[in-house]
Amino acid sequence: MEHNLLSLIIFAPLAGAAINWFIGRKLRSEVFSGVVGCGSIVVSMLVAFYYAFGSHGALHSSEPIRDHIWTWIQVGSFRADFGLAMDRLSGIYVCFITFVGLLIHIFATGYMHGDDGFYRFFAYLNLFMFSMLTLVLGDNFLIMFVGWEGVGLCSYLLIGYYTLRDEARVAAKKAFVANRIGDWGVILGVLLIFGMTGSISFFDKTVDGVEIHSALKILADNVPIDPFTFGALFAGGVSSAAILLFIGATGKSAQIPLYVWLPDAMAGPTPVSALIHAATMVTAGVYMVVRCNIIYTLSPTVMLIIALIGAATAIVAATIGLAQNDIKKVLAYSTVSQLGYMFLACGVGAFVAAIFHVMTHAFFKALLFLGSGSVIHGMHHEQDMRKMGGLKKYLPITWLTMSAGWLAICGIPIFAGFFSKDEILWKTWSTTASANLPLFGPVSLNNILWIIGAFTALLTAVYMTRLMWMTFYGQERFEVAGHSHHHEEDVHAYGESHDEHDEQSHDEHDEHDDDEHHHHGPIHPHEDDWKMKAPLIVLGVFSVFIGLVGVPHALGFGVIPNYFEHTLEPVIMHPKAGGEKHSIQENEHGAINSEPQNQKVNYLSTPPQTTDSGEPVKATNTGAEHKEEVHDEGTERLFTGISVLIGLLGIGIGYLIFSKDPLKKMPTLLENKYWVDEIYERFIINPIHTFSRDGLWKIADLGFIDGMVNGSGRLVAAIGDFIRSVQVGFVRSYAALIFLGVLFVICYFIISFTR
Amino acid sequence: MNELKAMFEAGPQLPWYLALSAILFTIGVAGVVIKRNVISMFMCIELMLNAVNLTFVAFSSYFRDVNGQLFVFIVMTVAAAEAAVGLGIIIAIFRNRESLDVDEANILKL
Repeated sequence: MEHNLLSLIIFAPLAGAAINWFIGRKLRSEVFSGVVGCGSIVVSMLVAFYYAFGSHGALHSSEPIRDHIWTWIQVGSFRADFGLAMDRLSGIYVCFITFVGLLIHIFATGYMHGDDGFYRFFAYLNLFMFSMLTLVLGDNFLIMFVGWEGVGLCSYLLIGYYTLRDEARVAAKKAFVANRIGDWGVILGVLLIFGMTGSISFFDKTVDGVEIHSALKILADNVPIDPFTFGALFAGGVSSAAILLFIGATGKSAQIPLYVWLPDAMAGPTPVSALIHAATMVTAGVYMVVRCNIIYTLSPTVMLIIALIGAATAIVAATIGLAQNDIKKVLAYSTVSQLGYMFLACGVGAFVAAIFHVMTHAFFKALLFLGSGSVIHGMHHEQDMRKMGGLKKYLPITWLTMSAGWLAICGIPIFAGFFSKDEILWKTWSTTASANLPLFGPVSLNNILWIIGAFTALLTAVYMTRLMWMTFYGQERFEVAGHSHHHEEDVHAYGESHDEHDEQSHDEHDEHDDDEHHHHGPIHPHEDDWKMKAPLIVLGVFSVFIGLVGVPHALGFGVIPNYFEHTLEPVIMHPKAGGEKHSIQENEHGAINSEPQNQKVNYLSTPPQTTDSGEPVKATNTGAEHKEEVHDEGTERLFTGISVLIGLLGIGIGYLIFSKDPLKKMPTLLENKYWVDEIYERFIINPIHTFSRDGLWKIADLGFIDGMVNGSGRLVAAIGDFIRSVQVGFVRSYAALIFLGVLFVICYFIISFTR
Repeated sequence: MNELKAMFEAGPQLPWYLALSAILFTIGVAGVVIKRNVISMFMCIELMLNAVNLTFVAFSSYFRDVNGQLFVFIVMTVAAAEAAVGLGIIIAIFRNRESLDVDEANILKL
């Protein structure tokens, strides 16, 4: 079915961006820019919800709602259309992206009030929404990649929004470069998929009589599960494609090793942090992994790697977040940590749980970021938590809504985060995917991963409690008059910290950055108008209740169905060819996956083989979820109880430690982020820099290329010098040369006559 | 002895004329290349031209073809004209330089 209105979802924000850029710049009216910016998102949201929840909506039907906009590339057998398709997965994404996005846009109209570049901000925000929506609505890898790069670009533009601040510029570049490294992986992965299947589309469709096959279905139907070996990663088969795409995901979704851009990205305005680095862009990696879940299901090696990296990222980021003093940095590391959870879920095969956590996280993390934005705004752009305290009475609505977000992220029932995080942890414990590697005795790797996840949950509760306590409770640690000029002394008193840069830049932009207004005089923390309060309240409500759409069966007691899982079940594909066989899943809405197409799949080299020495480690199961699997519900409830206990324990520990001493110094190792940035700087960036400058520039460019160009000039000059010696003005030499010529001619004739 | 006498009684032969002409031509060439005085160069050029004339006449007599002698006329005319022009140039250069040394007229160079 062609639904041309679908394109309105992506083109409305694009039009908003264009209008804001060209006309908003002339008008310079905040009202105009705000209305255009938010209005375009309203349009998108309405269309999105209509298509998702409507009678033939994407969330109910088995066929995606399609819109073929135009045929973009058709070269030989390679075909990429600019086509959109909203199926259940993208439907969910589009709904929360536009909804949360709208709330953030409204918040931003209040937050960015008084800023000179207001029109620019909303143009970029709308451009970002366009890219993000293109990413999730694209029906083939290439359109998804267009959106992928677009969000990277907009991230760069928005992080570097305060163009006069050094740290913002550096952070924007860092974000873009880290993303780009990931893009390398994505491109290679897509090329590999194309090489294997001859198609890059996600869905089967017929356009103008031409059939386009879904690359994912081709893989599902024809490719056996890759062997669970390390060599499979390099064999050019599905595992290689999977690991390459995952590299892209680590870049976009800030996993180890490419997470370093996300904390620095806090240099951008807070609505940007909320939208891009909490709710939407960073979830694009998870989207891609879940969209291509068949690729991962077929590669147990890569799934194990994803699970390990996800768990590692979660715990490392949580430990770092524990020691940060900038409120936004804590939230940034919290985001990295929660993203680690999502990838852990993907790695153990719980794709639906991952998407559920994406959705709930979008709500509560956006809430936390906007709340922190409200705090920062109210504190006149003070971000250091060591200078806050006791703000509960000054910022009541912010306090209340942030408490909802806090409880959600700690995993307290019935708040949103509880259901999703608990499901991830349970699925980690009970998985039969490749992560279920026996280690010693009854302990398998996935048990260790559960322990890591549980400990991370504990740490999450601790640092969030620390954040809440340092900000809202206790004694007020901010001075009343003119303290904005004493930043540097205060910071030195607290010891060396990389937050120094934030403080110094605050000072610098006191003088010459006119993008913010700064109050000189008594600091009176206040809450701003409805534009900033209303989104907080809405998000607060959602953070409380949104979890209820995904109540797992064990907890629903047959009364509350798991809407979320039912909706997303058909998105999870199961391999049909070779390996472990699973029955074709028919979802309860009656439609079935199309018949297996027996298509030849091309491998780059010989298909990966299991090693023939010894018994290879076998993945016992692909681990992808089955509806009919019998869950051990008793154990599940037990683990749910354990999760709740962990959450409460974390809050308790946080309260005990930090209510006594809010300024308790955290270990320096954590505060300095394990020196990861410094290590990268020293071992990766500087060598590349030196190689580029001294090697590529001086030797290759100046020496070789310039040498060739200049050298050919010099060669011509040398030849000229040589030939010049013929004409010296010396008459007798002319005569001699003439004579030699004559001699030569005579000899020639003599010889030819005597032949 | 008798062969020598017979050779002399037959009269001058063609190869003798050609040999003489060649020798004269070579002397002329050597003079042009070696001599520094520009008038001497000219005289050697005239010598070369006359050597060629001798060749033409010798061939004309041997083949009993009058065209050779006709060409001698042309050569002589050209030689005369060229000598006139050349001497004019030399006088012009001499007025500038006060020297008949051909090595000193070397400004026309790259």
